Amino acid sequence: MPVTVELPKEKWNGKVREITLGATPAQGGTRTSTVTVGGETTLPFLHFEGSIPHRPALAVEMQDVPPQDWSTTLLEAWDTAASDPVSWAKKAVELGADALAVKLRGTHPERQNRSAAEAAETVKAILGAVGVPLIVYGPEVAEKDNEVLVAVAEAAAGERLALGNCEDKNYRTIVAGALAHGHLVVAKTPIDVNLAKQLNILISDMGLPLDRVLMDPTTGALGYGIEYTYSVMERLRLAALMGDSMTQQPMICTVGEESWRQKESKVKDGVPSLWGDFAGRGPLWEMATAMALLQSGADILVLRHPKTIKTMRETIDKLMSS
Amino acid sequence: MALSGLDIYKLLPKTNCKECGFPTCLAFAMKLSQKGAELSACPYVSDEAKAALEAASSPPIRLITIGTGENKIVVGNEVVLFRHEKTFYHEPGLVVRVADSWEPEKIAEVVSQVDGYVVERVGMKLTLNGIAVENVSGDAARFVQAVQLVKQKTALPLVLMSANAAAMDAALQIVGPDKPLVYAATPENWQAYADLAKKYACPLAITDSGDLSRLGSLAEAVIKAGVADLVLDPGTRNLADSLASLTQLRRLALKKNLRLLGFPILAFAGGDDSTLEEQSILATELIAKYAGIVVLGRFDPTGIYPLLTFRQNIYTDPQKPIQVSPGMYKFGEPGEQSPLLITTNFSLTYFTVAGEVEGSGVPSWLVIADSEGMSVLTAWAAGKFDAEKIAKSVKSAGMDDKLGHRKLVIPGYVATLSGEVEEELPGWQILVGPREAVDIPSYLKTVWKAA
Repeated sequence: MPVTVELPKEKWNGKVREITLGATPAQGGTRTSTVTVGGETTLPFLHFEGSIPHRPALAVEMQDVPPQDWSTTLLEAWDTAASDPVSWAKKAVELGADALAVKLRGTHPERQNRSAAEAAETVKAILGAVGVPLIVYGPEVAEKDNEVLVAVAEAAAGERLALGNCEDKNYRTIVAGALAHGHLVVAKTPIDVNLAKQLNILISDMGLPLDRVLMDPTTGALGYGIEYTYSVMERLRLAALMGDSMTQQPMICTVGEESWRQKESKVKDGVPSLWGDFAGRGPLWEMATAMALLQSGADILVLRHPKTIKTMRETIDKLMSS
Repeated sequence: MALSGLDIYKLLPKTNCKECGFPTCLAFAMKLSQKGAELSACPYVSDEAKAALEAASSPPIRLITIGTGENKIVVGNEVVLFRHEKTFYHEPGLVVRVADSWEPEKIAEVVSQVDGYVVERVGMKLTLNGIAVENVSGDAARFVQAVQLVKQKTALPLVLMSANAAAMDAALQIVGPDKPLVYAATPENWQAYADLAKKYACPLAITDSGDLSRLGSLAEAVIKAGVADLVLDPGTRNLADSLASLTQLRRLALKKNLRLLGFPILAFAGGDDSTLEEQSILATELIAKYAGIVVLGRFDPTGIYPLLTFRQNIYTDPQKPIQVSPGMYKFGEPGEQSPLLITTNFSLTYFTVAGEVEGSGVPSWLVIADSEGMSVLTAWAAGKFDAEKIAKSVKSAGMDDKLGHRKLVIPGYVATLSGEVEEELPGWQILVGPREAVDIPSYLKTVWKAA
């Protein structure tokens, strides 16, 4: 006797907020393309159940100064492009970046200690060279972050940059800069649902609309705590779909930075031979981290290796076709 | 799906006769729901109630064993859709496919490599779990030769893949006692395959490249024919369709209590023509989203290591985080003048600190104290990371002849302990490191250097 199986569908009441990075000339910026993420009314890629209006976006991480501590696998892949931020930005866009994640490492007090004004010039130069939206990170030192990001916010007024990172101990100045000059912020919390909600509330209390806040739940790389990130993201996304407003921000994951920090990606010699080929290991480590976090709700992946960019683009094509 | 105490109460006689030893039927029902009593204690329970309670207590996804002995694959018995709700219990078996159309040398080579693959992470040995032998040639004799060869090379469990029932029978005559998974019964051949599974008492995979209703019909036919141990292949092969079908199967079993499809799932992560990247991406999805057996189309150590790591990560019990073994860990090639740091053995604490120390490029020694798997602040509050514990951990790490200095960096969150640690470790200088791991590289490069 034929069996009839009714396919189970969940009825979700909530929806992830739609957020647009970048502004075209008509919108007050100079971008030739913008990126919209969010808007999901179901879990990742379950097209049979709800709407997934926007594909997850790929942001390529780059720096204002040549990286000092990156894996040789990465340095070889970017080669001379990494010696200058403008050439790096152009190369990343050629390779398929939907957006750029610009790390202003050169402003770090223990690095080149570049001034806020110099950093703003660098961002202007990148904006002039490419048409994609930018996510801009300071040196990740609270005081200098504030100084640098406010200068960048002012110099790039109207561009709808995403400014990062806002953290619970340091968010006011960055949020104020975003508010004053028409930008977005990245709200980063340490792998915790309640802390993520709380920071979204604090930022929203300052008057920044929630459609200008991206949420970074903190990425643990494959083998280095990915299960914590994976589950916190699943919990955040389930809460969002169940209607909890303060969890409905699209999620951004710094996949490249975390997976390329690890021994597997950085150390060539003196490791077990069954770890396999060194040149292939780092990109695969990054791809697996990216794939796992796509499955738990990532809306923006920040990546480092050109191969990962290509593979994740093809992967998202496949996941979005149904 | 487990029944609540009230659900059970509705099935009881509600006479409060006390013969079960509990004062009321409700009290008995509550105890039953907590598995603190046996239904047989009630002399008056109806057959209908018995059947309902038995069905509710059997697992929604049947536990299936493939192979025998210490290498056997055991999958099923999962109870949640999301690992934070409880945990994922049985890691999916990762199985590498070989084809009987290959030269015997190639088969032997791949099987030996799969058999010998072992990497260690956080004190656990991670390995592959089996070999799928596919009857690509269509020829029974060739299939039997390949199966024989594989059996010589490994004791890992097998998946036998053939659309030719005669070839399957011939192979099972050799390896049937090893309980391989028979792949696969289809709507066309199911009678013959069900007979083989019964004859050799092996688990049987069923597949239909159509929808789940048809898979359900096939399951019903095979179960009626007397096969109890099934594995489902919904026939989806790409990323989007596999995610949908595997999610639906898991939901049907757990939320709809559909026994017909309450079995582990077998899925293929790429065939001969997939790239290593494609295989890795698809296998990552299948591990996260509900596969019980993942068949890999190719073996490459570079691709295997991330998958084994990911499987270990996802199947870690969220309530019992992995603890790192206490002791001394080296980063780079530390020497006499390299810094000595200490932190706790909560795996995430360890990984965060280790990642930053590794990333700093400063060769260092790191002592991991046994804090019973708690992070620094929690362990401090619970008295598992106090001055005494810190001193003991440093002493037992045996650093006396390895260090030319007597300086110890403690986590910034336990700065308040520095005086006590100095008392416990006479002659040592206690330095207070950063509160957050992210500040370690800068600390090592500046403060440590100056100290």
